Amino acid sequence: MLEWIWLVPLFPLIGVIINGLFGRYLGHKIVGILGSTMIGLSFITVSIIFVDLLKLPPEHRFFTKTLYDWIVAGNFTAQISFLVDPLSVVMMLVVTGVSFVIHIYSIGYMHGDKGYSRFFTYLNLFVFAMLLLITADNFLMMFVGWEGVGLCSYLLIGFWYGDNYNAYAGRKAFVVNRIGDFGFLLGIFFIVVTFHSVNFQEVFGAAAAKYTIGAPIITVITSLLFVGAMGKSAQIPLYVWLPDAMAGPTPVSALIHAATMVTAGVYMVARANVLYTLSPISMALIAVIGVATAFFAATMGMTQFDIKRMLAYSTISQLGYMFVGVGVGAFAAGIFHLMTHAFFKALLFMGAGSIMHAMSNSTDMRMMGGLKKKMPITYWTFLMATLAISGIPGFSGFFSKDEILWQSLAGAYGNFWIWLVGVITAGLTAFYMFRAVYMTFHGELRAKKEIAEHVHEAPSTMTVPLLILGVLAVIGGYIGIPKILGGSNPFEHFLDPVFEKSLEIRHAAGLVPHISGESARVLELPLMGLTFVIVLVGIGFAYLMYLKRPELPGIWTKKINYVYQLVFNKYYVDEIYETLIVNPMAAISESFLWKFVDVKIIDGFINGTGNVVRGTGRVVRKWQTGFVQNYALSFVIGVVILVFYIVFM
Amino acid sequence: MDLIIPQINFSAIAPALTVMITAVVVLLIGLFFQKVQRELLAIVGIIGLIVSLGELGRMWGKDITGFGGMVGNDNFTIAFQMIFIIAAFLAALLSLNRIEDEYVSYGEFYGLLLFALSGIIVMVQGLNLLIVFLGLEILSISLYILTGFRKMRADSIEAALKYFLLGAFSTGFLLYGIALIYGTTGSFSFKGISSYVNANGFTNVLFVAGIILFLVGLAFKAAFVPFHQWTPDVYQGAPTPIAAFMSVGAKGAAFAVLIRLFVSVAAFSTREWTIAIWVLALLTMTIGNVVAIVQQNIKRMLAYSSIAHAGYILVGVLAGNEMGRSAVLFYLMAYTFMNLGAFGVVSYLGISHKVENLRIESYRGIGYKYPFAALAMAVFMFSLAGVPPTAGFIGKFYLFSAALKAGFVWLVILSVLNAVISAYYYLRVVVAMYMQEPEEGKVFELPAASWGVGLALLLAVLGVLYMGIFPSSLMQLFQKTAELISML
Repeated sequence: MLEWIWLVPLFPLIGVIINGLFGRYLGHKIVGILGSTMIGLSFITVSIIFVDLLKLPPEHRFFTKTLYDWIVAGNFTAQISFLVDPLSVVMMLVVTGVSFVIHIYSIGYMHGDKGYSRFFTYLNLFVFAMLLLITADNFLMMFVGWEGVGLCSYLLIGFWYGDNYNAYAGRKAFVVNRIGDFGFLLGIFFIVVTFHSVNFQEVFGAAAAKYTIGAPIITVITSLLFVGAMGKSAQIPLYVWLPDAMAGPTPVSALIHAATMVTAGVYMVARANVLYTLSPISMALIAVIGVATAFFAATMGMTQFDIKRMLAYSTISQLGYMFVGVGVGAFAAGIFHLMTHAFFKALLFMGAGSIMHAMSNSTDMRMMGGLKKKMPITYWTFLMATLAISGIPGFSGFFSKDEILWQSLAGAYGNFWIWLVGVITAGLTAFYMFRAVYMTFHGELRAKKEIAEHVHEAPSTMTVPLLILGVLAVIGGYIGIPKILGGSNPFEHFLDPVFEKSLEIRHAAGLVPHISGESARVLELPLMGLTFVIVLVGIGFAYLMYLKRPELPGIWTKKINYVYQLVFNKYYVDEIYETLIVNPMAAISESFLWKFVDVKIIDGFINGTGNVVRGTGRVVRKWQTGFVQNYALSFVIGVVILVFYIVFM
Repeated sequence: MDLIIPQINFSAIAPALTVMITAVVVLLIGLFFQKVQRELLAIVGIIGLIVSLGELGRMWGKDITGFGGMVGNDNFTIAFQMIFIIAAFLAALLSLNRIEDEYVSYGEFYGLLLFALSGIIVMVQGLNLLIVFLGLEILSISLYILTGFRKMRADSIEAALKYFLLGAFSTGFLLYGIALIYGTTGSFSFKGISSYVNANGFTNVLFVAGIILFLVGLAFKAAFVPFHQWTPDVYQGAPTPIAAFMSVGAKGAAFAVLIRLFVSVAAFSTREWTIAIWVLALLTMTIGNVVAIVQQNIKRMLAYSSIAHAGYILVGVLAGNEMGRSAVLFYLMAYTFMNLGAFGVVSYLGISHKVENLRIESYRGIGYKYPFAALAMAVFMFSLAGVPPTAGFIGKFYLFSAALKAGFVWLVILSVLNAVISAYYYLRVVVAMYMQEPEEGKVFELPAASWGVGLALLLAVLGVLYMGIFPSSLMQLFQKTAELISML
């Protein structure tokens, strides 16, 4: 079955073609079922491939299927070729599985929307691009998927185009991601120059053979690639687009902006683990940026009142954790957290969508409260996800987050400060998540009467997906129970072959874990307990402030008003970008380069805009005042400079 | 003294001759049968184009020279000519769209389009500066008239006048350059110039000045900064299909001659020339891109965008290796599809109420009103921006890889940065089409697209996607042509 891997992206593509071309004639029901079925077929195919892969001995779990030579230029070749190995299979399972559930959910959520078929077309197109990204066996094909998911993301953010803000949000996502893409593309170019190949196996093999740890060119390549990851996975300083991306429909936020696309950066780093292992500087950069993002995004999440924006900051923060994982060399732990996060964060967003569905699309948590009784399924699944993301023992997020935290202290690249900030952030996470639970589901409903009367549980197309993900959010972590808790961590062992070469490089360089053997056994459990205590403190504060004594937040924020305002306004980062980068850029291009350089100096005195309708008399008059002469003048100046330069230099 | 009678080999100029004869036929039909449908004229013209394509195919691999070595067709030149014929083909189809009263005499319109093409073919074939000049003038004069073809419109006339004045000005430079080159080397042929440079280098100031003036003449046609200012005015005023043809044909012809000159004179790879072209390429793409961002009129935006693309192509020329040359061909082919396609959509959307909808704002909401035109436009915009999997992405990747191979690391970094910036203004069109409500009270109704426009847009979309998804066959073809630039 492995050679049928190309079917996996093909099914969504068929969905795109049928729904894209004929969707408007098919009727909503068929469109929704067709779109979901295609993803379901992909999921089944991946599952069969997964089982086949398990039958192979671990060292042989590697397969490529080449369709054709895509770019052939001289001795450089890039192929359209799919890669099946444990890492890509895990990603495919997560992506197709979560996508399938969210597609079903969308059938109910998008019910009656006039852009129904367009929505499913974009959504299938997204899954297609995402599958290209994770099955690519070379950097260029990965880039195709990389751009493709971005494109779908912009289209879906601006899906409800009636609102100008949505178009603005889509464009913001695009511009910020272009900065990331710039780095990613340059990284690929440097790979081409250095290795004369973009194929993963060739590049990683050559890198491991030719370069030792710390080679400057590898650091350049890996940092450039990471700039791409910063954009796509919303890390400091390129995270600003993700909160605005919440303008899109909620299933999109769940699928693209929480579970799948935004984790592409983490996947890329894990995929290129050999290159990153060769560059400790890049690794440190990733870990530091990851932990800083985790912390700052969590603080911003604490002050949000919009439930979706709060979840967006939470996503940024959790992505930060994943980068801490891969940044300290615990690639499997990073991917593990990616997977559990996909379950519980998709669930949280879908729960938020269910609430919005009931509350006439209101997202303001100050208007909510007491929804527990009226929406029991939504409440209980939301709570499961909250317990998971907070890291309560027994829930999926606990295993993955603790693995990352432990590795960030004990691993070969571990560091006490990274660990400490990570632990504090875990407390903040528990605080803002339980704050949300208390504000929405407990206490009294604060909404207007006409909205309050309509509050109801969502239809079954929405609640069944909630339940499925609810189960996964609870048990999803059991495939990765660490040794210290009596498990054998099969998840990590499954991924081992992918990261083997990195381990060899590390061993050859004498990089060993800081804490191992006896001291590890003594330390690991107490540290786990410490994290749990901090999490409980966070929950306790949330309980105190938002359920027990709701007047407290007002009093406390007044006491630390400056700090609160700073955080509440998201550290003014958007405003800073606006003043320092966006406005000057616009001013430079508009008033300097165009109006001054091109129009005043180069174009002479021509008015460049008002040419559309212009009377003949005016034409002649303007012509006589001489702007053609000015064109000619610049022409001559150009010639003089050229001659002067060539002759006298 | 023996008079050597040069061997005249008409088969060497058969494609150009075919195009010219077709042009005359179309003119005559238009003259004598005034009532004739313009579709018929376009079809006659297209038949001529197909015949000349066939002749080029026949000449493939044969390296036919003629007229005493003044013209020659190696595969590299033939590939260029084929691209230009495809461009003219698309432009002819697109021009079937215009509202009735805009072109009074279609015979002249198609005749002149074909004459312009024949000029380009002559120019590209020329192994001799005089032939290049001859072709350039046939091209230019046809384009001056075509630019001003919308006689009732002030901006069309203004554009024609500007184009003519500046074109004549630049021709003066070109001709003076040729004169200086002849004066110092005693030869008009590229071969003669090459052997002169090999013997003397760039020591003679007059010769250097001649080369520079010649290059400036080409730079004007290719619209390099600072010889570009005519472009937005002229593109805006010219009939849209003509602007589209100019942006590929006139530009590409200049590149073909430029490459031939650089290949024949190896000494251009010296440091000072390299730096000069490096700066020229960077200036051209940067000014083009940055100024395009603030344009409100879509034709002006596309004009600045075409300036930027000339900058990218110049990067490939600068690379100076085989890969660079085949990348230039590949990019030009890609550019033909995506740019003619983009202008085609502009032309189609611009025809309602006899007032051109050229503001980008007026594209708001058309994604749902005219889904096919909008989808095509989105494909062209993404391709121009270099988003995979389109021809524009592969083309840029190819160009920049060639430049990297030749060691121009910083230029490539700055070029990629440019491509990133450019995405912003291309996306503006997509955002307007798909993410914004139409302007109040400005919903425009369009007639159904004619078959010509539909076919041209379909071909362009297929071309863009084919070259993006299956680029390798075309790449290998171009690579073979670039390996052997046999004739000098």
